[in-house]
Amino acid sequence: MALPKAKIDATEARLSGMQIPEGGAGWARAARNDALERLTGMGLPYRRDEYWRFTNPAEFLAPETPRAEIALDAPGFEDTQALRVVFTDGVFDEAASDDLSQEALEIERFADAVTKDIHWVKGLLGVLETAGQDRVDRPLATFNTAFAEDGLVLRATGKVARPVHVEYRRAGEQAEAVLRHMVRIEDGAELTLLESGVGAARLNTGMEVDIADNGAFHHVRMQGRDHERRAATHAFARLGQESTFKSFTLSLNGMMTRNEVVITLKGGDAVAHVAGAALGDGRDFHHDDTVFVTHDAVNCESRQVFKKVLRNGATGVFQGKILVQPDAQKTDGYQISQSLLLDEDANFLAKPELEIYADDVQCSHGSTSGAIDETALFYLKSRGIPEDKAQDLLVLAFVAEALAEIEDEGLAETLREQLAGWLERRR
Amino acid sequence: MLKISDLKVKLEEEDKQILKGVDLEVGAGQVHAIMGPNGSGKSTLSYVLSGRDGYEVTGGSASLEGVDLLDMEPEERAAAGLFLAFQYPVEIPGVGNMTFLRTSYNAQRKARGEDEVSAAEFLKLVREKAKDLKIDAEMLKRPVNVGFSGGEKKRNEILQMAVLEPKMCILDETDSGLDVDAMKLVSDGVNALRSEGRSFLVITHYQRLLDHIVPDVVHIMANGRIVKSGGPELALEVEKNGYADLMDEVQ
Ligand SMILES: Nc1ncnc2c1ncn2[C@@H]1O[C@H](COP(=O)(O)OP(=O)(O)OP(=O)(O)O)[C@@H](O)[C@H]1O
Ligand SMILES: [Mg+2]
Repeated sequence: MALPKAKIDATEARLSGMQIPEGGAGWARAARNDALERLTGMGLPYRRDEYWRFTNPAEFLAPETPRAEIALDAPGFEDTQALRVVFTDGVFDEAASDDLSQEALEIERFADAVTKDIHWVKGLLGVLETAGQDRVDRPLATFNTAFAEDGLVLRATGKVARPVHVEYRRAGEQAEAVLRHMVRIEDGAELTLLESGVGAARLNTGMEVDIADNGAFHHVRMQGRDHERRAATHAFARLGQESTFKSFTLSLNGMMTRNEVVITLKGGDAVAHVAGAALGDGRDFHHDDTVFVTHDAVNCESRQVFKKVLRNGATGVFQGKILVQPDAQKTDGYQISQSLLLDEDANFLAKPELEIYADDVQCSHGSTSGAIDETALFYLKSRGIPEDKAQDLLVLAFVAEALAEIEDEGLAETLREQLAGWLERRR
Repeated sequence: MLKISDLKVKLEEEDKQILKGVDLEVGAGQVHAIMGPNGSGKSTLSYVLSGRDGYEVTGGSASLEGVDLLDMEPEERAAAGLFLAFQYPVEIPGVGNMTFLRTSYNAQRKARGEDEVSAAEFLKLVREKAKDLKIDAEMLKRPVNVGFSGGEKKRNEILQMAVLEPKMCILDETDSGLDVDAMKLVSDGVNALRSEGRSFLVITHYQRLLDHIVPDVVHIMANGRIVKSGGPELALEVEKNGYADLMDEVQ
C-alpha cells in the first residue's frame, strides 16, 4: 500500500542526514540496513495512524532535537545494591559506571558486541522487533534497531544475585539518545534490570528480551522527574516454557512518554506481568502505555495493571491488547487500566482490546476513570489529617495495586518512597 | 465543652431543611445521649459538627470550649479535640490501618505544635489499646475497615478514639451491629476514657447501651430539633413506649 504523502515527507525529513552507525560486524550492518529499509517502507508514525490516535507522535519526529531544560537530577535506586551502568546523553560513561563484571552474567556494551563476528546477539538483534510488527507498525522501534549505537548486552547464565542498574543521565539541553539493550536469560537463569533517570532531551530506547525455559526476567523502571523530556521506549519479550517476565514502570512527570511493551508467550505455563503507575501534573504532561500481549502457548498467564493519576490538564493514555492464538488454550489473561482524575481538566483515554481465537480461555479487561473518593477524604480529614496529605494517602492507595505487581518488596518500597516524596514536593 | 445554639442546617444541593434550631450544651466530663426516630437529623448534626461538605448552616452556632467550630476545616476541628465515631465507618482500600492511625496521630500532634512520634513508639502505644478492644495485629495491618465485619468496624472507631484521646467524642450508633460481648468491650473502652476533661455525645436507638455507658442527660431529637431532655429514665421510657407518646406530649 502506498504511504500517504504527508507521512513520506515527514519520514524523509526526519531521516535526512541520518546514517546507520558505521562499522560493526556484517550481521549487525545487515540488521541495521534491514531496519532502515523496513522503516522507509512503513514510514514514521503520524497523527492519522490508528495506533497514534491518542498521542501525537510529532514530538518524536521533529528533525531538530527539541530543547529541554535540565531540571532535577533524579537518579533513583541510589540505595539499591546494584551493578551500575551509566549513560550520559546516550553515551556510555565509563568513569561513572561500575566494572562490567558480575557472576552468572555476561555483560558488555552493545557497541562492542556488534563488532564481533561471532556473537549470540546476532540471532536476536531486530528479530523480536520485527516479529512485534505484526498487526501494527512500530516504526520508532525499527528506528531504534537502525540507529542505536550503544546500550547493554546482558546474558544471564544463572541466578544473578545483584540487579543491573542502567542510569540515564543528562548533560546537554539538546541531547538526543538512541539506546539498545539486548537480554538473553538462559534456562533457569534469573536477572533483574533496573532503569532510572532522564537520559536526554529526546530519548529512544529499545530492548529485546529472550527468555529461555524456566528463566525469569524482572524489570523495574523509574522514569524521571525532568519536566521537559520526551521518551519513546519499546520492550519486546519472548517467553519460553515456565518462564517469567515482569516489568514495572513508575513515571513521574515528563512531557511526552510512550512506553510500548510487546510480549509473546511462546512456551507453555509462562507468566508475563506488565504494570505501571504514572503521575502527571500539568497540561504538558502526556503519558502513553501501549501494551500488546500474544498468547501463543497453552496455560500461560498474563496481567496488565496500569494506574494513572492526573491533574491540571495532564493526559494519560492506555492501549492494551491481549491476543490469544488458536493453540493457546487455558489462557488466563487479565488487564486493568484505571485513572484517578484529581480535577476536571485531566484526560484519560483508554483502548482495551481482546482478540481471541481459542475457546478455552479466561480473559478479563476493564478500564475506569474516577475522581477522588470524597467520603474517604472526609473520613481522613475528620481524624486530623490535612486535606493535601489525605489526598496523597488516597493517591498512594490508588496506585498500590500496580505497585503490588513488583515482586521484590525492597524495590517496591523504594518506588513507594519516591512516589510519596514526589507528592510531597508537588503540593 | 460543646455548645450548640439554635443551629439550623439545610442541604447544600437541595432546598431541604434538616436541622431546625438545635440547642444543646454538654459540660466538661459529661455524657449526653441523643435518641430519636430515624431521619430526625442525629447523624446530620454529627456531620455538621465535624465539618462534612454538603450542608449549609443557615443559622445558629456551635463551639468547642468557646471556639467557633463552624469556621474550621474538619482536620482543625479534630486537632481542637473533636472526634466522631461514624455510624458507617468508611472503607479505604490501599491505606493500611496502622498508617492511617499514625498519620492521624502525628498530624494532630503537629497541628498542636507537639513532636511527632516514631513508628516504633507508636506501635507500642497502639498495641496496648488494641489489646483492650480485642483488635488483633492482623486487623491493624489490613487496609482501613476493608473486609472488617460490622462489629470490627465499630471497634476500630473506638480504637481510633482511644489513640487520639479527643476532648469531645461523638458516637453515632456505635452500638448498632455489636454483639453482646462487643458491646461490653466498646462500653468498657468508652468508660475507661471518661474523665473530667472529656465529654461524650452518644447517639443511640437502644437503651441497652446506656446501661453500660450511663449518661448524665438524655435528649430526644425529632424532626430536626431537640424536643425533650431528661435523665436516664427518659431512655427507659422510649424503650418501653416508643416515640409516639412523647411526640404527642411535645405537640
Ligand atoms: N446528603 C443528603 N441528601 C439527601 N438527604 C439527606 C442527606 N443527608 C441527610 N438527609 C436527610 O436528612 C434527614 C436526616 O438524616 P440523618 O441521617 O441525620 O438522620 P438520623 O437521625 O441519623 O437517622 P438514623 O436514625 O436512621 O440514623 C433524613 O431525612 C435524610 O434522608
Ligand atoms: Mg444516623
